[in-house]
Amino acid sequence: MSHMTRAHRREALAFYLCISPWLIGFIFLTVGPMLYSLYISFTRWDLLTDPVWVGLRNYTVKMPGDERFWQSLKVTILYTLAYVPLELIGGLALALLVQRRIRGIRLFRTLFYLPSVLAGVAFAVVWLWMLDPRGGLVNLILAQFGIVGPRWLLDPDWALPALVMMSFWGWGRVMVIYLAGLQAIPGELYEAAAIDGASSWTRFWRVTIPLLTPTIFFNLILSIISTFQSFTNAFVATNGGPLDSTLFYVLYLYKQAFEFRAMGYASALAWVLFVIILVLTLVVLRSQRFWVFYAGERSDG
Amino acid sequence: MDNDRSDLHIMRLRGRRLALRYLLLLGAAVLFLAPLYWMIASSLKPEYDVFARPPIWWPSPPRWQNYVEALTKLPFQRYAINTLIIAVFSVVGYTLSCTVVAYGFARLRAPGKDTLFVLMLATLMLPYPVVMIPQYVIFSELDLVNTFWPLILPAFLGSPFYIFLLRQFFLQIPPDLEDAAHIDGANLVQILWYIMLPLARPAMATVAIFSFQFAWNDFLAPLIYLQDQSKYTLMLGLSFFRSSFQVNWAYLMAASLTVALPVIILFFIAQREFIEGITLGGVKQ
Repeated sequence: MSHMTRAHRREALAFYLCISPWLIGFIFLTVGPMLYSLYISFTRWDLLTDPVWVGLRNYTVKMPGDERFWQSLKVTILYTLAYVPLELIGGLALALLVQRRIRGIRLFRTLFYLPSVLAGVAFAVVWLWMLDPRGGLVNLILAQFGIVGPRWLLDPDWALPALVMMSFWGWGRVMVIYLAGLQAIPGELYEAAAIDGASSWTRFWRVTIPLLTPTIFFNLILSIISTFQSFTNAFVATNGGPLDSTLFYVLYLYKQAFEFRAMGYASALAWVLFVIILVLTLVVLRSQRFWVFYAGERSDG
Repeated sequence: MDNDRSDLHIMRLRGRRLALRYLLLLGAAVLFLAPLYWMIASSLKPEYDVFARPPIWWPSPPRWQNYVEALTKLPFQRYAINTLIIAVFSVVGYTLSCTVVAYGFARLRAPGKDTLFVLMLATLMLPYPVVMIPQYVIFSELDLVNTFWPLILPAFLGSPFYIFLLRQFFLQIPPDLEDAAHIDGANLVQILWYIMLPLARPAMATVAIFSFQFAWNDFLAPLIYLQDQSKYTLMLGLSFFRSSFQVNWAYLMAASLTVALPVIILFFIAQREFIEGITLGGVKQ
């Protein structure tokens, strides 16, 4: 690198010194493990004895014939299809509701966001009790209207819809992101639209939504990635049951690895998950130019 | 006259819209508060009242002993100490490592930097479950399973989201101060320690709060690595509590509330950092 001056070289050295923690993590906690896991996925391994090389058999024989694998994929996809649109729309509705600076609005914002900090075990346990067929608040309220509520998390037909339903409690996180997006929309645009005689409905569809597409896009990606990783709710509230009706992909992966000690097969499952998420993310990224509108960008048309 | 009437009409319309907005806000608030209310009410009932019919909407008198009894059923004190140890080390680890890495990405020029930055952003999309098994195998070969190391060590190697967040923050700071310090002969460590760290404090606070919350609520990693009950975190303890006893809902709600309380308090103290941190990753590019 003779073309680099000494100052440049020193700066480059300083750069690599600064980022070395991340670089070490990237090599030893991400890339290394990924490659290692690819190797493990070609073996049969219980961690106690030596791994046995089985070639592609985990992918080509074991997985296609494994009903629980297909079930877990189905559960995760169904959940994603229901959860993602609900969260995107619900979070936006909440954001629109708390957007105006009217009296007491800070209290409402805080309130809607609060449950999001409970993510994890406590969240699942609260809802386990809310949805208890006999003592849960949901069925008690339904009973006030003379309705006998379902057995929710204990009923194979209702368990997955119940998990989708209870997730509204976490919409605050998305709401906050939308709120920032809404506040970044210049007020003049609304005024101009109003002067042109646009109704509030038209303004919403022609001004708010187009200018919000980058935020919607961001939330969409985040939402998809997080639903494909769903674990804690199912583990704590249902443990995948009843009858595997809430056997999420990552829950099944966990069971294969840490309950059945099938490290090889579980690694194959992990790689399939990785490919699914990668493809989905790329598809969403690619779709961006058809529907995401960046204000700074100028089009030729 | 006519004008007055139309003004009045508009004002009425506005008033009606505002009323509708408040009505919707209140409706949503009831929905969001219901689980919390039910959690608190249930945690204060004697066991035989939990399933009472007609339902008891509010226990009187509240049975505060539930909290004492629930939290002594299992060694929750031990779990709290374990969780605190892990959380404190994660906070220190993430805050320090991410600040230094972010500084490098924000300010220093070097060949290969752009590629590395893109790679880092790509790992933002990489779900933990994908690397969970090989990481477990590596830590088990290092004989570190059933210790706190696998939960603490990664914190010192940064996290793409926090690095990105801090980098965005550094980009907003004008480089004048560093340039001046550089001319005065300050070295990298001095610039970082005396100039950048104090300036970055608000963003570092956000990272600290997020990593605390994450460490406190984390479940999957502790579940995999911690096997002895004496090493459990609060969330593992809570999950164990739920599955190991004939479920006593009053106790379970009391325990859940207690375990979640620190994060709730933290949220109330640091609302602004929470909300700004989340949006920073989201909207600015």
